[in-house]
Amino acid sequence: MLGQLDALEKEAMAALEAAGDEQALSAWYGAYLGRKGKIADAVKALATLPRDDRPAYGQRVNESKRLLEAAHLASSAALKQAAEEGAQRADQVDVTLPGRPTRLGHLHPATRTLRETCAIFAEMGFRIYPSRHIETDEFNFGLLNMPPHHPARDMWSTFYTSTPGVIPRTHTSPGQVHAMREYCPEPVRVVLPGMCYRYEQITARSEMMFHQVEGLAVGVGISMTDLKGTLVAFARRMFGPERRVRFRASYFPFTEPSAEVDMDCVLCGGRGCRVCKNSGWVEILGCGMVHPAVLRNGGYDPDIYSGFAFGMGPERIAMLKYGIQDIRCFWANDLRFLEQFS
Amino acid sequence: MKVPLRWLRDYVDITISLEELSERLTLAGLEVEAVERIGDWWDRSKIVVGEVTEVRPHPDADRLVLVDVRHREGPADQCVTGAPNLFEYKGLGKVSLKVAYAMEGAELYDGHQEGFVKTRLKRTKIRGVPSSSMVCSEKELGISEAHEGILLLPDDAPVGMPLADYLGDTILDISLTPNLARCMSVIGVAREVTALTGAPLRYPSLEWRTEGGPAGQLASVQIEDPDLCSRYVATIVQNVEIGPGPKWMQERLSRAGMRPISDVVDVTNYVMLEWGQPLHAFDYDKLVARAGGGAPTIIVRRAKPGETMRTLDGEVRTFTHDALLICDTAGPIAIAGVMGGMETEVDEGTRSILLESANFDMISIRRTTQALRLPSEASLRFGRGIHPAMAERAARRASEMMRVLAGGRIAQGMVDAYPRPARPITIELPTAQVERTLGIAMSTDEVVRSLQSLEFGCEATGVEGAAVVRVTVPDHRIDCTLPADLIEEVARIYGYDRIPETMMADRLPPQRGNRDLELEEAVRDTLVVSGLQEVITYTLTTVAREAALQDHDPLGSADQESRYLKVTNPITQERTAFRQRLLTTMLEVVSENLRFRDRVALFELGRVFLPRPGEQLPNEVRRLCIVLSGPREERHWLTEGGADVDYFDLKGVVEALLARLHTGRAEYRPADESGYQRGRTAHLWLGETCCGILGELSAGVRQRFELPARRIAAAEIDLEALLALVPTGWFVEPISPYPAVLQDLAIIVDEDVPAATVQSAVESAGGPLLRQVRAFDVYRGAQVPVGKKSLAFGLTFQSPGKTLSDELVSKQVTRILARLRKELGAEVRGM
Repeated sequence: MLGQLDALEKEAMAALEAAGDEQALSAWYGAYLGRKGKIADAVKALATLPRDDRPAYGQRVNESKRLLEAAHLASSAALKQAAEEGAQRADQVDVTLPGRPTRLGHLHPATRTLRETCAIFAEMGFRIYPSRHIETDEFNFGLLNMPPHHPARDMWSTFYTSTPGVIPRTHTSPGQVHAMREYCPEPVRVVLPGMCYRYEQITARSEMMFHQVEGLAVGVGISMTDLKGTLVAFARRMFGPERRVRFRASYFPFTEPSAEVDMDCVLCGGRGCRVCKNSGWVEILGCGMVHPAVLRNGGYDPDIYSGFAFGMGPERIAMLKYGIQDIRCFWANDLRFLEQFS
Repeated sequence: MKVPLRWLRDYVDITISLEELSERLTLAGLEVEAVERIGDWWDRSKIVVGEVTEVRPHPDADRLVLVDVRHREGPADQCVTGAPNLFEYKGLGKVSLKVAYAMEGAELYDGHQEGFVKTRLKRTKIRGVPSSSMVCSEKELGISEAHEGILLLPDDAPVGMPLADYLGDTILDISLTPNLARCMSVIGVAREVTALTGAPLRYPSLEWRTEGGPAGQLASVQIEDPDLCSRYVATIVQNVEIGPGPKWMQERLSRAGMRPISDVVDVTNYVMLEWGQPLHAFDYDKLVARAGGGAPTIIVRRAKPGETMRTLDGEVRTFTHDALLICDTAGPIAIAGVMGGMETEVDEGTRSILLESANFDMISIRRTTQALRLPSEASLRFGRGIHPAMAERAARRASEMMRVLAGGRIAQGMVDAYPRPARPITIELPTAQVERTLGIAMSTDEVVRSLQSLEFGCEATGVEGAAVVRVTVPDHRIDCTLPADLIEEVARIYGYDRIPETMMADRLPPQRGNRDLELEEAVRDTLVVSGLQEVITYTLTTVAREAALQDHDPLGSADQESRYLKVTNPITQERTAFRQRLLTTMLEVVSENLRFRDRVALFELGRVFLPRPGEQLPNEVRRLCIVLSGPREERHWLTEGGADVDYFDLKGVVEALLARLHTGRAEYRPADESGYQRGRTAHLWLGETCCGILGELSAGVRQRFELPARRIAAAEIDLEALLALVPTGWFVEPISPYPAVLQDLAIIVDEDVPAATVQSAVESAGGPLLRQVRAFDVYRGAQVPVGKKSLAFGLTFQSPGKTLSDELVSKQVTRILARLRKELGAEVRGM
């Protein structure tokens, strides 16, 4: 009897080997391990055996059953794996083909630089103060300590308009007086971003329309050391902590002392190149201590209050930062240029 | 301002390196923009001052000569040259001509090649005569283009001296801001060098030798308009001989950027460059002739309207009353401070000079210069202001130089009309104020030292802790009237680079929100996230361009012209009027970009400028413009491609924006607007406010803006109106834990019933359990009668408190259908 079991086992294993798919496997299971399968038959045969033979036979049947069940499990797993592999093979793609396009929009580089600039100053407590593009001559020049025909007016080539006394502002500085008049007598810390206009030929280096960001701080005890500290902090945040910055005496009628701020040339690292006209320095902004006359025009007593102001051009800053050679790129709005600011 | 260093050294020693000097000047506000070096490359041992001792004929060539050149002890060298300016000395025996002499191995520019190409001097034979050295032309030395003959040096040039020492120079090109008018002279720059380096300043001598009768008998001066001319100094120099000025002066003028003309005129320019005071030389005898043989009277007065004069450049100029003229009894002889008249000009035959050294009002000079478009070195200086004290100094200096260099005789004294003498300016400067402005503690001594280095008179007064410096402004400056002006000078001399950096310690201003700007940025961000590219266009366009946006009157009208704020001095005819719509300049960008790509999705958020009646300034209003065009999907292996974007793509963007802004339900009313295509355009309404338009552009607009014949969807949104409707906040709705029931509904309605009407009816009939209604299909064709359409909606029912039963939902649907049937005559097509 035990020999029959050996034969059954061998036969079952061979049949299992031959079962190539899920269906055959299921049929095999029925034939050998099912309720009416050959192992069940063998169990039934137990009853026909002499009592003494039964334990050995029973043990052997159980062994066979376990063996076949384990083998079935293994075959089933192998078959499943093969099926999965097949399905995956059929589903495979060329992973090197390009992905489904996602359309990204972008901010204009001027907006981007404006935001970056204003954000740095916001952290230092400067609030954005909105201001007009079109101004009166009085605000653009007069209240900034430049009466009519003042020689300093030459520093700003001006557009004139069909309305006498009205000009597109040549700088954001008129906003200084507006802001002071609104805040007075509270302290002021504002940045004024906005478009300015100059009567200038449009070339790679100059534009008739450009942004400026003006800054103004007015309060008690504000000094030139604060001006330097604030602007050096800005330059290093904007262009990198290792930047060298220098303050050079300059002239604006509405600040005194006045300064221009240079940074070591980002392109050549200060060795001298075409961009920095071989000086190793590039100008990034103008600034100074608010002139007493302007403080007074804003409503503040210059004997008590003091302050500083600065102005910079985001397009110029972007040109330095991104190596843009031609300022005309900004308003030409060529998408091949704009889309690089992702 | 071009400053040759050799000239500068006449007044101050340069004790620091050139690099250091440039940097110190630059940091002090005199920005050294360029440094030009003359002869710094000349080999000091091989290019020297030589003396031509004899010029002999070449044995074998008529157009060459042999010259003996002595440049050191011992026998003279011989070299061959073809310089025509030496031929006149051929065969004259012993001569003495100072030349620039280059020896074998020296590097020079090749005189025979176009442009400047360096070459090295080699031993050679020229027509059989050995030659290893040469006498040089200006071109060979790189001084100028001249190669006609060789450079002849002044007779006193020391033989054997390296040419670099004798002729080399360094020119600083200094850019001067308008406040630095006092530095528009070599002495002015020398003063700054003195203050910055401590090297003492040497003024040139103002001694002069006068003789003969007093100047006052030879001429008189009347200032009729002292508000425009505060001082007029005249000197008379007789018996001058007009000829070329001395070489050294010519050279200095050229290096400073002025053209040498004649000895007398060169002196006026030289002294102007030296002191900063412009001068004018009149031919005195011509003035006498005009005065009928008597002593001329100089009259300084405003022009009579329409008065004319021929200026030095040959033009006849007509003046308005603004112009200040220098006249004599016969009429105008010069435009004050701007340009002289031709009739009284100094020429070769001039024998006597009336020298004008005057002070004119800077505003008047600036106006006249601008009106006549006649900028000059003189008007540039007058236009920035000069102290009247300068007039006398320059008159003495120039008269004496004319006497010495042009052989003149100076009449005694000067005619000095000075109706309003300038009073010395004193300023009280509290030391504490220096500290308050600069943020650094500075002793009174230090303040005084800084100011004294710039020739300010200083007297320390007050007690310790409340020290005040009484400062007298020197009489070469007109830019200091306030303590702040002096503090700037102290800071400049102290050095901005030495001022430390701190952060403000003052209290912060009261915090105020900036909601309006935050919303503006939210609009930008939402549109960028929607895949749109931001552009920024010129705010200036033309009225005609804006008119081209209308189909009914695309050429515009005179009436339209008058409604714009216009630029009266435009830089280009393309940018003459401030825009009133963003679409105009936006379409220029669209057109440009569509030349090299087929798809654009752009927006601009910017201002338009609307003049207001009765107001000086226009209303500046923020608008938003969106333009979409081209294929919805780019060509790609995954996509079918094909369809172009249209109204609905644009509307999707607008809907996303409104959702972000939480503005609530919007209404899109069909619009008939010029420039837009009827039937594919809507006005955007939020409640009672029309916030803009969105639609597809008309064929006419496309043609006028050179756009391709495909759909261009554009929106123009009034941002001020839109942002005013944005709520300050909102609350979230709780999420129901109970399942939603979805139910589709298709109905047939008349073709002209808008989907929005059906949707509203569904929503109002649906009751609170109806959470969402969305149109998902529009169908015309089989099973739908002609003149009708089928609309399908997906309805979502959900309760916050229980699971909805089928009966309850179908009860709602039945009610909805009943309403649709009753109100819109709708029939059910399917459920």
